[in-house]
Amino acid sequence: MPGRLSTIAAAVVFVAMAVPAHAATIQIMMENLEMSPKDASAKVGDTIEWINKDVFAHTATARNGDFDVNLPAKKSATFVLKKAGTVDYYCRYHPNMKATLKIEP
Amino acid sequence: MFVRWSAAIAAAILLSSPALLQGARAADKPTDPQIAHIAYTAGVIDINAAKQAQKKAKSKDVKAFAADMLRDHEAVNKQALALVKKLNVTPEDNDTSKALSKQASDKLAELDKLSGAAFDKAYVANEVAYHKTVNGALETQLIPSASNAELKNLLQTGLKIFQGHQQHAEHVAAELK
Ligand SMILES: [Cu+2]
Repeated sequence: MPGRLSTIAAAVVFVAMAVPAHAATIQIMMENLEMSPKDASAKVGDTIEWINKDVFAHTATARNGDFDVNLPAKKSATFVLKKAGTVDYYCRYHPNMKATLKIEP
Repeated sequence: MFVRWSAAIAAAILLSSPALLQGARAADKPTDPQIAHIAYTAGVIDINAAKQAQKKAKSKDVKAFAADMLRDHEAVNKQALALVKKLNVTPEDNDTSKALSKQASDKLAELDKLSGAAFDKAYVANEVAYHKTVNGALETQLIPSASNAELKNLLQTGLKIFQGHQQHAEHVAAELK
């Protein structure tokens, strides 16, 4: 039945359009005082989810002040990217934990 | 001979110069039960210093730093206790632990006489020096001497935590000026 098939196709197209194609969630692990991946790429509108696997609290703190996310021990937290650019971030408690986010427009 | 190694580390601690630790010979290796005791003691010392700072510190940043030290070192020591229990190892007191504790109680007494900004400055300066000394001991002696892989792993995590604290303390010290 071509009629029903095209209705389904139209619905699929509609759903695909309603959810912006580029909105993704990017996971970054914090384990043994290392962030991985250390260099991550994302786009404006994407969500970064930091997952802290340590028994220590960490933060993801942007050097340019764009974000300062608290990660209690064994917890995760998210941040939605609003601005493009290359952002270096670190942990305020353990400044030897460093990583970079490349955010495309 | 462990005694000789202890004397070397004690001298280094007194002089706050981790470089001196490198002079110790491989033959002067502490055992795992001794290493566990030293690492645990090093944590307890910083916990006690943090408790004192929470009572005496004036600056908000110094108070927050002390809270961070308390939280992290309690977490490390909790892991250390769980590990020695799992490995069925009894931490063994030794001359290095004794020298560390003695020096720490002298420091607590010295800092106790200070107050306000003078206390803040002296506490943070000591935190920088103390973490440097412990990092030196971990890198050059404790980690290379540890024979159990899980103990070595925990010490390596401890080193990263301590290195982080040293940098954090340096930032706080710079802000106080
Ligand atoms: Cu951290």
